[in-house]
Amino acid sequence: MRKKLNGKVSGLEKRRAISGYLFISPFILGFLLFMVKPFMQSLYMSFCDVQVGAGSFEMIYNGLYNYNYAFKVDPDYSRLLIEGFTRMIIYSFAIMVFSFFVALILNQEFHGRALVRAIFFLPVILSSGVILGLETDNSVIAQMHATVEDSMQNVSVTAVLESILRTAGVGTRAYETVFELIDNIYDIALASGIQIIVFLSGLQTIPKSMYEAASIEGCTSWESLWKVTFPMVSSIFLVNWVYTIVDYCMRSDNEVMEKITDTMVDQLNYGLSSAMAWCYFALTIVFLAISSFIISRRVYYYE
Amino acid sequence: MSNAAVMSAPAGVGKAKVKAKDKPKMAPLKRKKVATQVFISIVRFILLFGLCFLIIQPILNKISVSFMTEGDLYDPVVINIPAHFTTENYQLAAKLMDYKVALRHSFIVAFTIAALQVAVCTLVGYGFARYEFPLKKFWFMCVLLMIIIPPQVMSTSLYLHFKFFDVFGIFKLITGDAINLRGSVLPYYMMSAGCMGLKNGLYIYLIRQFFRNIPKELEEAAYVDGCGTFKTFVIIMLPDAKPILTSCFLFSFVWQWTDGFYSRMFLGNLKLVSTALSVIVDELSSYIMRLLGLQTGTVSVAYSNCILSTGTLMIILPLIILYLFAQRGFVESLSQTGIKM
Repeated sequence: MRKKLNGKVSGLEKRRAISGYLFISPFILGFLLFMVKPFMQSLYMSFCDVQVGAGSFEMIYNGLYNYNYAFKVDPDYSRLLIEGFTRMIIYSFAIMVFSFFVALILNQEFHGRALVRAIFFLPVILSSGVILGLETDNSVIAQMHATVEDSMQNVSVTAVLESILRTAGVGTRAYETVFELIDNIYDIALASGIQIIVFLSGLQTIPKSMYEAASIEGCTSWESLWKVTFPMVSSIFLVNWVYTIVDYCMRSDNEVMEKITDTMVDQLNYGLSSAMAWCYFALTIVFLAISSFIISRRVYYYE
Repeated sequence: MSNAAVMSAPAGVGKAKVKAKDKPKMAPLKRKKVATQVFISIVRFILLFGLCFLIIQPILNKISVSFMTEGDLYDPVVINIPAHFTTENYQLAAKLMDYKVALRHSFIVAFTIAALQVAVCTLVGYGFARYEFPLKKFWFMCVLLMIIIPPQVMSTSLYLHFKFFDVFGIFKLITGDAINLRGSVLPYYMMSAGCMGLKNGLYIYLIRQFFRNIPKELEEAAYVDGCGTFKTFVIIMLPDAKPILTSCFLFSFVWQWTDGFYSRMFLGNLKLVSTALSVIVDELSSYIMRLLGLQTGTVSVAYSNCILSTGTLMIILPLIILYLFAQRGFVESLSQTGIKM
């Protein structure tokens, strides 16, 4: 077809291609100016000793010195990196489970659904940016509060359960993680607003007739959750997983990020902070790539 | 407990079938089903009530604290309802944050930035959704990369980039020196115009997803009737995309309003509510020290926390009002986009 009408069609295609490029040109310009250049520069900077003088700055190449310093000399960095990373994995997992569960509930018909949806979405608006950072500052006060409560011998359900399980001696470490998550359910609920909406949008696209067919074939609701709902929203899992991890990385109350910002703003050590940021970023990207590859192999595409 | 709540959606479907088919025979079974249904909705109510309370409670707590006098804070009897009702905290917080000025600045900045970002992202998203051009996949990969890369990775170098700003050495030729754009608002507007603002990759992605779902025939009909490329975009496509555009605009506005990272980096000299809030505790202690004529000292944790709560409330109040009116714009349109990988 194309070859037959060669002159005309390719002319039209060319015009379309040009207008396409015109439409995305702001992005290309911005990407080259404000992304590629700083990106490369910051990579280079991480191998340099950066000295800022009046009116200019100098970069002196000094090899892997910054990386060595970050991992071997700096007392906090490697510890923070490992801690931050394990926390990221655990929390992202918890957020996924929580938001999928809430989305399943919110997808049902009941009175006041709109109100509940509105409330669950509220954190996206209210705890973003600076406000989130301030909330964690309050955790110092919350801790004080907790110690006061301890001394007053107030008991909480999780604490009792935890002590029972601990005396029973069943795999304490795993339980501790679970209890930490339950204690921090507030943080998880705050972080999962967008994910809930995305899951909801996925759940709404599943046709009702599928459930009907499944129940006629003799599926119980529990089975149709695993056999119908799960495969149909599996692609949404991938989207949400990526979003959750990226969101966690960019959170302002992230300890690694705080360390990086401190190194830059307070100590004016631009080279070292670049090196730290790059290590963190590279680790995250590798983890993201591996995990999303594993998930994407299990994703089922309908159609 | 969780299983019961999860199962009820498909269960509803099954129940309807049983009801319709054989009503008189299955009476005991039906009663049992109704009982399960009631049980499920009770469990669901408790669960949702608990979670909603969890989310709302800090705000309620802040409201009650913000009306307390300092004495009430230390009074062990006073927990939620202040004994001495006062609005002094609000006055003090407003004074510390320079509220009126900061509010005006924040509004102007958030509004213009959001409008600019959405306008540019719409163009780009439309281009990605509707046109075929060489290297399209590559450029879209760049968009995804932009979503993934945290801005903090480049913050160091962007900082220096704008501190010694220059386009191909032109300015250096004219004035003999690179210009320092740090502290002015220009860099951030430039970045927004280039789709490099806060979470702009996400907006591009969402808008592209939306435009892809609009039938091609609509566009073709417009072409046949003699509309040009740009005219088709403005007259045919834009009105259709209203819900997603409002959604993106609202997100952009809200995130810009509370953003600390970009604001501190690029808009440092401008008084904004977000930056004002992040230093309110320091402001408070220096204010009180000035008042008492002392050099150093600390304000009690409870009182500074009270002022912080008040300040936070004052900042999120405009957002709550916005959310009340535009709730549909936030939630519904986003859930209709049909996000897919």
